[in-house]
Amino acid sequence: MNQHEHFGDELDSSDSSRRNFLKQSSALAALALTPAAANAAIHNGLDEKLAAAIEQLPLQVDINGTMQKLSIEPRVTLLDLLREQLHLTGTKKGCDHGQCGACTVHVDGQRVNSCLTLAMTTEGCKVTTIEGLGSVDQMHPMQEAFIKHDGFQCGYCTPGQIMSAVACIREGHANNPDEIREYMSGNICRCGAYANIVDAIMDVKQGGARV
Amino acid sequence: MTKDLKNPPIDRIDGRMKVTGGAQYFADFELPNMAYCVIVGSEIGRGTIASIDTKKAQGAPGVLGVFTHQNMPPIPGWDAPVGGEADGPAPKPDTKEKYRILHTPKILFDGQPIAMVVADSYERATYAASLVKATYAKQAARTDLEKHLAEGIAPGRPGSSDYLRGKADGYQSAPVTLEANYTIPVEVHNPMELHGILAHWTGADSLMIYAKTQGVNATQNAMAEAFKIDPKKIHVHTEFMGGGFGMGLRTWPQETAVVAIAKKIGRPLKLVVTRNQMFTLVGHRPYTVQTINMGADTNGKLIGIAHAATAETASYEDFTEATVNMTKFMYECPNVSTRYRIVRLDRSVPIWMRGPGEATGAFALESAMDEMAHKLGLDPIEFRLRNYTETDPEHNRPYSSKNLKEAYQRGAEAIGWNKRQNQPASQREGDWLIGYGMSTGTFNAFRWEASARALLNADGSLTIQSAVTDIGPGTGTALTMIAHNVLGVPLNRIKVAYGDTSLPKAPTQGGSAIVSAVGSAVYDACTKIKNQLVELAIKDGSPLAGRQADELTLTDGVLFVEKEPEKKIVVSELMWTNNLTVVDKSADSKGGPELGKYSMYSFSVHFVQVRVNPLTGVVRVSKAVSVADSGRIISPKTAASQMIGGVAGGIGMALTEEAVIDHRFGRFVNNNLADYHVAVHADVPAIETIMIDKPDPIINPMGAKGMGEIALIGFAGAVANAVFNATGQRVRDLPITPDKLLRTV
Repeated sequence: MNQHEHFGDELDSSDSSRRNFLKQSSALAALALTPAAANAAIHNGLDEKLAAAIEQLPLQVDINGTMQKLSIEPRVTLLDLLREQLHLTGTKKGCDHGQCGACTVHVDGQRVNSCLTLAMTTEGCKVTTIEGLGSVDQMHPMQEAFIKHDGFQCGYCTPGQIMSAVACIREGHANNPDEIREYMSGNICRCGAYANIVDAIMDVKQGGARV
Repeated sequence: MTKDLKNPPIDRIDGRMKVTGGAQYFADFELPNMAYCVIVGSEIGRGTIASIDTKKAQGAPGVLGVFTHQNMPPIPGWDAPVGGEADGPAPKPDTKEKYRILHTPKILFDGQPIAMVVADSYERATYAASLVKATYAKQAARTDLEKHLAEGIAPGRPGSSDYLRGKADGYQSAPVTLEANYTIPVEVHNPMELHGILAHWTGADSLMIYAKTQGVNATQNAMAEAFKIDPKKIHVHTEFMGGGFGMGLRTWPQETAVVAIAKKIGRPLKLVVTRNQMFTLVGHRPYTVQTINMGADTNGKLIGIAHAATAETASYEDFTEATVNMTKFMYECPNVSTRYRIVRLDRSVPIWMRGPGEATGAFALESAMDEMAHKLGLDPIEFRLRNYTETDPEHNRPYSSKNLKEAYQRGAEAIGWNKRQNQPASQREGDWLIGYGMSTGTFNAFRWEASARALLNADGSLTIQSAVTDIGPGTGTALTMIAHNVLGVPLNRIKVAYGDTSLPKAPTQGGSAIVSAVGSAVYDACTKIKNQLVELAIKDGSPLAGRQADELTLTDGVLFVEKEPEKKIVVSELMWTNNLTVVDKSADSKGGPELGKYSMYSFSVHFVQVRVNPLTGVVRVSKAVSVADSGRIISPKTAASQMIGGVAGGIGMALTEEAVIDHRFGRFVNNNLADYHVAVHADVPAIETIMIDKPDPIINPMGAKGMGEIALIGFAGAVANAVFNATGQRVRDLPITPDKLLRTV
């Protein structure tokens, strides 16, 4: 708790100094504003606009086959980038702490918790989300198997389960039900569809379809 | 509908949307100029906010407002701010405190919202929230139910009063007696989807809400009440909900606050709470302590049961549930008494959690039945059969249907009950002790009022409409099956629209009542369509003129004489001939007075095999069989999923789930999914589900009763009983963790 507060204080002071810096001096002076105009600019939130511009960093990342050229705050997680900025809301937020797996996506083919992945760390990577795996008209074999075996109820954990299930087979960790249970345990399903999910994964694995 | 026909398994109608990420839950909606809200919770369990500093937060980038009790916009439907009573005397037992979010400096539970921070991005709102600092005048928080059991009060509510049949102490004189205490800790619903709301004022008195609610009509009414506006001006949408398990059975104060703040800032506002806040802001299953006294004769006939339960509630609201009800009607027993008390603590208020109080009560009753069977040297199923009742002893009336004997038998066969040894701790496989256990579950089968609309189009397609939400059980799929059975429209030509207040009114999804309630309305609306078609088909000038209505059958868009199938008319032609592009019928449906002559319940029996490691105390559920006696099964595939979901929930309840409070601070210490252990893949074995699938002749035209609750109710007892069978050790305090087993060695 203390550590956390400390951390917050530090951020706070650095933030204040940045803002004071902007307010007091060169950035606005550089715009050749009179003091009155500078005050008006601050009043109108121009300092915030400047700050916002400085806070953004460039990011290039391939998401579902499309190269995205973005400008984002470095504190944005991959999960929030997908959901709040790229409108890819198939990836779900369940805990924001890497404890539930609802946000599972593939980064360069590996399954990761996108809530624990800062978006900036995916520079130059290939990210695949549930939207990139298959579509309503052209479903991935794992998506079809989830429907066939009813591997979900409310459907909220489902995109994460499916992304994890595909990776589970690719990793070679889907050779029997017990192994699947072990390697899928990072994906929680509160509706309790586990037995059906295991059946779906076994079905895809045994069907031999390329995943 | 042909009642004697079993329904085929069909895929979930919303499956494609759910597996492709296309299903939109409330937080997936985005509106232009939308702002984000983050809640700051109190750091004490009881007291008063002495000061709150929001200056830094207000100055942080992108912040649109910081709302506390000092500047919260008014909510017209709520009482005026209370204020200033924090240092007054403790509330009298008959005086209820009020909890009005951000209305007073008073703190009634740990994590109570003290500020709501609004910014133009989620990250900025989260950062600004970290800058809000409060100081408190702290009081000791009373959070430990065990220390305050003596303060139990009888809730003044119908259904919660003391019950007596025969003599209260009838058990005492029995030759074989048992007294045992059972404890259930705080459990938290923890659906995977986080709670929240997206609110958008579309006009001065009109509102669009994307909610996480089990009832859009309930949210609509709650907001209309809070903001004193016409419910018709409030549009609530919840087509997809990422699980509820009860936490969406009410509109929570922070939802109302978001709506008020959205109005104040003049922008759409979205709140998604954190997982930690799911433990304090949206209810929980209350910590409950139970005592069962039981007496039986040496032939295994029950003579008396006394069941007492004491549960926690909040200081500001009395929450009650039906914890002791099962004991009143489950077994034939001349002397039965029940007693239910609540203790007001400095905790946030509980809410019904799947199976609600009945699951809590069934753990105690069915554990006690197992303990008594052991004392009598009887097989636990045999003991239950000796006390089986075909009529409801609580109300002295028949059950509408009860096939529990068949359920016992079929479940016993499936688990391999004949391999069970009545002598505990007598089976071992390698390092593991093996045990078998079983338990009964039961829950009311309701038939609530509901409305639905059905539109049959001339192209042969059918649209069904109801405001009901589908939180996961497959409501839309079941409604599709019901409509198909009445009108014979092919399944892929039926579309169900649900989860929106623009559709016909429906009850909140809960109480295992939706297929019965909304399904009946769909059945009635479709039957009206069928009747109109038949009427048109037999009138003068039609190829079937002169036929009797009951001679005709309707399948795949064709009306024909059942005994002479060549005598037929295609429905679309019939509609065109009569200048109809659509047959549009609505129905308001409710049960008739005849329902009052029966006791209506669903029943379940759970069987488990456990493996217990005597060295480590680890318990693994290695096999599970759950049998449902819930009338006609409408959608076998989704029904089976509900049952296996109950098993997963039951394994968590039995073995791992416990929200632990540090009573020094009145605060949860494991309020996250890493430390609060719900069952994961590795905890859940393959599960066999068995449906008795016999229609209930009374409850509704489909003969269907609910399944959501009975899937869970009783399961924890079956595990506890199996652990006893494996080890000879009886654990009466859930969850059955290794430390408890090793401690009792």
